[in-house]
Amino acid sequence: MNEPMDADAAAEAIADVANLLTKRLTGDYEVDEFGFDSELTETLTVPLLRPLYRKWFRVEVTGLENVPLSGGALLVGNHSGTVAMDALMVQVALFDDHPAHRHLRLLAADFVLKAPLLGEYARKTGATLASNADAERLLDAEELVGVFPEGVKGTGKPVWDRYKLQRFGRGGFVSTALRTGAPIIPVSIVGAEEIYPLIGNIPALARLLKLPYFPVTPTFPWLGPLGLVPLPSKWMIHFGEPIDTKDMEHLADDPLEIFNLADRVKETIADTLAELLDRRGPAFQ
Amino acid sequence: MSPATVLVTGADRYLAGRLVARLTADDQVKRTISVNTDALGDSDLKDLLEDEGVDTVVHAAVAASAVRSGGRTAQKESNVIGTMHLLAACQRAATVRRVVVKSSVAAYGASARDPAVFTEDTELRVAPRGEFAADILEVEAYARGFARRRSDVAVTVLRLAPLLGPTSDTSLTRYFSLPVVPTVLGYDPRVQFLHIEDALDVLHRVTLDGHEAPRGRPDVFNVAGPGVLLLSQAIRRAGRVAAPAPEALLRGVAAFARGRGIVDFSRDQLDFLRFGRVVDVQRLTSVYDLTPRPTPAAFDDFVTGHALMSVLGGRDAEGRSFRDRAKDLTSIRNGRGNPR
Repeated sequence: MNEPMDADAAAEAIADVANLLTKRLTGDYEVDEFGFDSELTETLTVPLLRPLYRKWFRVEVTGLENVPLSGGALLVGNHSGTVAMDALMVQVALFDDHPAHRHLRLLAADFVLKAPLLGEYARKTGATLASNADAERLLDAEELVGVFPEGVKGTGKPVWDRYKLQRFGRGGFVSTALRTGAPIIPVSIVGAEEIYPLIGNIPALARLLKLPYFPVTPTFPWLGPLGLVPLPSKWMIHFGEPIDTKDMEHLADDPLEIFNLADRVKETIADTLAELLDRRGPAFQ
Repeated sequence: MSPATVLVTGADRYLAGRLVARLTADDQVKRTISVNTDALGDSDLKDLLEDEGVDTVVHAAVAASAVRSGGRTAQKESNVIGTMHLLAACQRAATVRRVVVKSSVAAYGASARDPAVFTEDTELRVAPRGEFAADILEVEAYARGFARRRSDVAVTVLRLAPLLGPTSDTSLTRYFSLPVVPTVLGYDPRVQFLHIEDALDVLHRVTLDGHEAPRGRPDVFNVAGPGVLLLSQAIRRAGRVAAPAPEALLRGVAAFARGRGIVDFSRDQLDFLRFGRVVDVQRLTSVYDLTPRPTPAAFDDFVTGHALMSVLGGRDAEGRSFRDRAKDLTSIRNGRGNPR
């Protein structure tokens, strides 16, 4: 790419942001019933995450052909990294690298939606409450829904437990998929475990800030704001083969069936994680 | 259906008053009797119902929003005690065949732990807090009890979203008319409104429609403009500027103001300003084939009707508003528009 084209691209990006801000100043834009502002996400939040995705974590994505070009699907991933950076990177991967540039609608824990600023950011970028009602509504609207069944048990585990999958909740995500007939796509993420290596927790501060844990890493909070810089680990994301759930609605209330299917998803992710780790080699290269 | 004799409560208020006028002009209605809110406690209500042969009762006196003049005691008196008296009278009046209760979407509360969109049968994880929500829940509990005891009566409960109209004066229109609108820092709730004309259409239709309602329990419908606005978006559309304040500060101010009777600002409203409230109107649409105009359209009609002047600058010599001018700017920048 030569210089003038870069300047043009930059000018266009600036014009897009100015356009976005003018519309925000007059209220002249649309959000969906969950509060998702697709324009804001496309012109502001995804571009801000892009340098992290491309340059910092050098995310390598495989298996995108397993994500449908249209229609609903439930993406189930492993969760790690102290903060939910993995969810954001999957979001960028699907928007930037998937041929249909799809948005990922994340299911978030209630403490995220309750927190000032964080909750506002989450809803505006397409997230909603991790609940059967919201997930089914999104899948019925043919959206891609992203869920991390390990929840804070996954993000909040110490660095020495990295890549050990935690309990997959009660398998609520399985019954949602069965009820809507949406395929389950296992997503395996390698790299997020090393960005903020968690070595401790300060429960008193966590209670004060109403967070599930207050992270202590080798750099945070010791180095202040500098400790917020994620370590530049090498990332790999693989979208696995879809698990069909068509015509299984009658099994949505069967605990054993749900447990088995959840276990199958978990095993698939665990196996893929081992392969990806093998292929990646050292985290910092 | 033979012509109905309808009793409407709360006729001293805008919405019920307009409903009475509409029903009076309707051929399907033989007679419309209006009852003022403060007459609800009257023990003669049962005699009135039977003597006049009232077959349809529309209880529209329940306040539509949390803030109302007259103070908290008067509000509870009219909302809860009024409903209790009215339904007790209906229970004894053999002529009554249909009861329509105007309720509010405040029945769902507002929280981060409940689904983004409420349907009529969403099971709440968080009990709604605040005095107004408590009133609404009591009103609906009375309606349920009544439906159980008089299973020959069709009971319909309409959960109305906050009302807005081009000429209405509600606590909500006053809120959006403030030059600087207080909001909670770090929260941008999704809000939904109902255009007052659509509320009338729905009330009118449900009052006279012979739709086969389930017996023994109330038939519940959400009534709101589909779609949502973010609070910040609504404030900008009204040409106002938001003044975000930390929640703790707002709580303190609210407690202070309430203690001195300056404004009635309760917990439901603070929750609402943080998490908003959105309902699904699919049920109303499929049963009555009625869909209120979308929330953004209802809001725009309110802004136009009240001629809200943007604090960002009034109309220019050509009569274009700030919003129009900003749109021009945008299109020039995109190289599509022709600069004037």
